[in-house]
Amino acid sequence: MSHRAAQLAGGALALLLAWLVLYPILVVARDAADGAAIRAFVGRSGEWAALWASVWISLASVALAAAIGVPLAFLFEWFDFPGRKTLGSLVALPVVLPPLVGVIAFLFLYGESGFIARAVQALLGLSEAPWRLQGPGAILLVHAYSMYVYFYLFTRAGLAKLDVSMLEAAQALGAGRWATIGRVVLPLVRPSLVGAAILTFMTALGSFSAPYIFGGGFRVMTTQIVATKLNGDLPLAMVETLALAAVAVVGLLLLRRTEGDDILVALGKGIAPRPRPIRRAGIRVLATATGWGFAVLLLLPHLTLALVSLVPYGAWTTQILPPVLSFENYGRLFSEAERLRPLLNSLWMSVVSTAAAVVLALAAGWLVVRRRVALRRAIEGLLALPWALPGTVFAIALAMTFSVHAPPLRWVLVGTAAILPLAYLVRALPLTGRALLAGYRQLDPALEEAAASLGAGRWRTLARVTLPQLRPGLAAGASLAFVAALGDIVASIVLYTYETRPISIEILSSLRLSETGVAAAFGVVLMVVSALVLGIGARR
Amino acid sequence: MNGFLDVQGIEKRWGGSPSVTVGPITLAIAPGEIVALLGPSGSGKTTMLRLLAGFETPDGGRIVVEGEDVTTVPPARRRFGMVFQHYALFPHLDVGANVAFGLRGQADAGRKAVEALRRVDLAGFERRKVHELSGGQQQRVALARALAPEPRVLLLDEPLSNLDPALRERTRRELRQLIKRVGITTVFVTHEQEEAFDLGDRVAVLNAGRLEQTGAPDELYERPASLFVATFVGRANVFRGAAARALARGKDGGDVIVVVRPERLRFADAGGGGRGGLAGVVRERRYTGAAAFFLVETDIGDRFEVLAQPDAATVGDHVVVEAERVLRFAENGR
Repeated sequence: MSHRAAQLAGGALALLLAWLVLYPILVVARDAADGAAIRAFVGRSGEWAALWASVWISLASVALAAAIGVPLAFLFEWFDFPGRKTLGSLVALPVVLPPLVGVIAFLFLYGESGFIARAVQALLGLSEAPWRLQGPGAILLVHAYSMYVYFYLFTRAGLAKLDVSMLEAAQALGAGRWATIGRVVLPLVRPSLVGAAILTFMTALGSFSAPYIFGGGFRVMTTQIVATKLNGDLPLAMVETLALAAVAVVGLLLLRRTEGDDILVALGKGIAPRPRPIRRAGIRVLATATGWGFAVLLLLPHLTLALVSLVPYGAWTTQILPPVLSFENYGRLFSEAERLRPLLNSLWMSVVSTAAAVVLALAAGWLVVRRRVALRRAIEGLLALPWALPGTVFAIALAMTFSVHAPPLRWVLVGTAAILPLAYLVRALPLTGRALLAGYRQLDPALEEAAASLGAGRWRTLARVTLPQLRPGLAAGASLAFVAALGDIVASIVLYTYETRPISIEILSSLRLSETGVAAAFGVVLMVVSALVLGIGARR
Repeated sequence: MNGFLDVQGIEKRWGGSPSVTVGPITLAIAPGEIVALLGPSGSGKTTMLRLLAGFETPDGGRIVVEGEDVTTVPPARRRFGMVFQHYALFPHLDVGANVAFGLRGQADAGRKAVEALRRVDLAGFERRKVHELSGGQQQRVALARALAPEPRVLLLDEPLSNLDPALRERTRRELRQLIKRVGITTVFVTHEQEEAFDLGDRVAVLNAGRLEQTGAPDELYERPASLFVATFVGRANVFRGAAARALARGKDGGDVIVVVRPERLRFADAGGGGRGGLAGVVRERRYTGAAAFFLVETDIGDRFEVLAQPDAATVGDHVVVEAERVLRFAENGR
């Protein structure tokens, strides 16, 4: 491809991405410039309360997730005890759980009619459930449970890169254990900690299913926006969306500033510290018990979900444990047409959106890294943009933009089968984009040149040399994108129609109809498929 | 035993298969002395240094400094300074903060750090980032950092291995001068004989976890205690059987292994031979300027090196080689 053609392709890709991820935001910004709506937003205390709730819930989620994840990372990275390897990967499990599945699993386990509440009620002979799982405490519980994994994984990765001679140097200079951690280890893993904090903050800010199901009267911005939109007050919803986007951008910028210089972790080729066996018997028992206890605590929601999925409709009333178990719910999932439909919908929409995201990311990687087109920075920025804004913002933006017929930029897509895959695609772009750009950067250009010098044409080189080399990054990015689409609820709840309803919407309506068994069975299917796909994606 | 630093029968066993044992090693080091731990990789020299620093706990023996038993004292309270092979400078701290790291809590930490940097010729480098420095500068920062808290003993792990060969010789001299000026008792690890000889007052040769010999460089070279030391320290030709007997001129018929340095071999005069010596053909000549190495092969296929004047022989010559001085060892290498 000539230089000119590459530049043209780069321009076309930048335009396409701008239309997908930037234009809808601009439409929202323009529609939000509505005097009455802004006055309504500023004047209502409920709006400010929801905005403030979003901020403090997100910050508290970061603090809680760090308080659990960081010590756990130290425990598993630095100390050796029975079961360390198995438990170490079990502890990362919540990351494979789509948020909605985690939320309903919590509901079945800790909710007012969950196991724990029933057991306590029976034990104490209470006439009603001892607690209700509702409000900010419940939301934070779910957030802490699912988001500590970011701190756990990031901190472990940071610790694994640490050079053991750094720690020994500090000791030789007279620093004790805690001084070494405070003065050397934490400063060195700070980039990892900040990375985890950013990811947790953004995830918590965009979190929808936990506040939607457990919020009760307590509103955060994401649930507030969807409620306003469903009430039909579109201008106000636009203002709210923009306010949430602004909080996200400001939060991101503030957190970025704490990241500090990009320091090299080690100057020489370092060797990571080996996990040390714990010598003192008491502490070893304690560490092992903590590890196992944590693993059980983490697996409990998954197990609960599996158990509830085996309970036929109406079979479980007041008993602590369900009296009858059968595979009836799974049978209904695959035999009843209106239940099979959401499964198939979710599958095809996720496949299509993932495939499109991979193709766009491949083109971007090639144009940005190989051809270094003039618009490469714009392309990279546009690919990353959806990551910087909560999913609700894009859901609303797409709903607004594509409900009007104004070619060439706007068509009526809302209500058609195209809108949900498009929404999933937007959310998938940062995942596949980041993975494939990184993959392309690690690729030695000499390999492609060698293929060309051996007589391979462009497509043969792509198929035989480039793609096989990119496979790990491609598989990782694509599996994350697929799982995100499969478990999505934010975009789905705003954009679905009865015909195109995905699994998450079907779970919500099953819950509403007290079909807990069916909801749980859907949750298990979602969980198993997600785990399988991520497992395949992580294979080297 | 009463050196300044006494290593008394120190021992470390590593489990696993095959299990490895380092020691027992006994070594008395005088105050202000520089001792090199020399050995091939896997000889246990790094383990030895880490035992001294306290990063490994010994399975037997004691380490005593100034009469104080420090065997179980953790590294943080042992007051031994250490320079790591890759320096282990803290990348998140600047040069000044790196040097002041071990001075925490001291009132004049800033002044001492400046002083320590001045001593290694890096005055004014306090605000520099460590990754902006050259390899030689990083090494000096690491040295200043280790010396700043005024440790009792200085430990150096392969101190020059990270430097360009061209820089090594000069750095070696500067390092020795600096250590001698400070007067600190020093132990360093190296696998290069030249470095050990140049930098150390005494050299301890380790092999397979055992201390083979400790002594001044010329002692090791001229009077090696074992076949290993003879061949590891300096160039050496090893002869067995008939060739050994021919070179040793029949003295002590019990000798089974004879070692001769290349410079202790010479070509016999064409007529004056006959008293003994080894006949062979010159196969290669390696010219080094002042002299040349000649590779000689005997009739039965033994090959050995002779260091002589560049014009002493040419390739293809039939020669008789005599030994001026031989080192004798029994079959067990002792």
